[in-house]
Amino acid sequence: MNFVVGILFSGIAMIILILIPWVGVGAFDLRLVFGIIVPYLALATFFVGIVLRVINWARSPVPFRIPTTAGQQWSLPWIKPNRIDNPKGTGGVVVRMIFEVLLFRSLFRNTRLEFRKGPKITYEWEKWLWLAALVFHYSFLVIFLRHFRFFLDPVPAFIHILERLDGFLQMGPLPVSGLGVPEVYITDMLLLLALLYLFLRRLYVHQTRYISLPADYFPLFLLLTLGLTGVLMRYFLRVDLTAVKELAIGLVKFHPKVPEGIGVIFYIHLFMLCTLIAYFPFSKLVHMAGIFLSPTRNLSNNSRFVRHINPWNYPVKVHTYEEYEDEFRDKMIEAGLPVEKMPEKAEEGAGAKEEEEKKE
Amino acid sequence: MYDAGKIIVGLIIGIGLLLFPFYYNAGKAAKAPEPQLTPKAKEAKVCVAETSYMKTSHMHLLERWRQEVVRGGERYYTASNGKVYYKSVEETCLDCHSNKSKFCDQCHDYMRISPYCWDCHIAPKETK
Repeated sequence: MNFVVGILFSGIAMIILILIPWVGVGAFDLRLVFGIIVPYLALATFFVGIVLRVINWARSPVPFRIPTTAGQQWSLPWIKPNRIDNPKGTGGVVVRMIFEVLLFRSLFRNTRLEFRKGPKITYEWEKWLWLAALVFHYSFLVIFLRHFRFFLDPVPAFIHILERLDGFLQMGPLPVSGLGVPEVYITDMLLLLALLYLFLRRLYVHQTRYISLPADYFPLFLLLTLGLTGVLMRYFLRVDLTAVKELAIGLVKFHPKVPEGIGVIFYIHLFMLCTLIAYFPFSKLVHMAGIFLSPTRNLSNNSRFVRHINPWNYPVKVHTYEEYEDEFRDKMIEAGLPVEKMPEKAEEGAGAKEEEEKKE
Repeated sequence: MYDAGKIIVGLIIGIGLLLFPFYYNAGKAAKAPEPQLTPKAKEAKVCVAETSYMKTSHMHLLERWRQEVVRGGERYYTASNGKVYYKSVEETCLDCHSNKSKFCDQCHDYMRISPYCWDCHIAPKETK
């Protein structure tokens, strides 16, 4: 698919998604729908979807081990094994998975293939994807956790501390009077920058552009819109935060109510979030759960000393040699072929012969 | 061999973490904040801007005032109704809203915001 088509497709989908709550709340005042019904439906879709998908994965058999062996295997005592990159048991796997989940280690190993004059293939140092991915994911995590101040009453101390750390610069990104609030969060800026980089990278690297589909652009646009509406709401079109918290607390306590006087921008932001979490189980975003089930990372390399039996081995119909001989013994003897077990008559004869031999 | 056992345990832990707000709040009374006005504030009826604006954007206004006063030396603010106010937290804002614990802190505590106003400014002494 041409990348322009992909971007247009995702972009138009995005615009429609922004217009739905804008028109719905702005023109028709459907605050009940966008403030309560849609969030609950999205949450239900998310949890049911994730559970079903993970259970579906869990039903898959693990017939053999396919870890990537990026280090020396455990073998002889005088050969030093690499316990993390070629894990022998659970301990190594746990460390490997921690590196993978928290630091994106396999992304860190990313190289860029290039043709140089000659032609020669070179593998270039390329850490920008890893860096942008790490910045994006950690910013998103911090922002996600910061939002818990809307869902928890009283707000726990660690969220407050996180918030203070995030806003410790106490200024805006420009040398003007901040962005209108005393504390501009670092993660807000980093998230948008990282997303923008990830989007531009898709377009700039031609191999990536070639394989990019609307399913790749759409989550980026969705996250960008989510971030932009959030930034707009915090720094420019502010809304009544206590009312927002009343709505959020009502949702998690199952006593939903829609307070008056929350701006449309909030409902757009909320609708983007609902779209994101409802879209989660059906899209590439489900890697949040899938990362833990990466078989090339979470399996130990123990094929040499543990037998792995394929659970869906069906019973194979076999014809053993004994059965074969039983079937063809007479014909085999007739043809003068050696048999392991002589028939009754022949056995007597053979037995007699043996006895004679013994006597001799 | 199947790894379903381990996966289901992981799934339960993951879902349990994500459902944290649902059981954290369970059984706690949801109490919306009720900021109270002092008699003086009630009498004045209008703040330096509309109530809805003050609710959402007072921090923005204060930030701007600080910038204008500290950097520009402009001490007077003309409200939309033409009234002129002296730009000062202690002398203008806190003159009416002298009940910090019943007014400011109501929402700030609810959202657990600790504005750094009070790093420099002195909170008014409240007479009970």
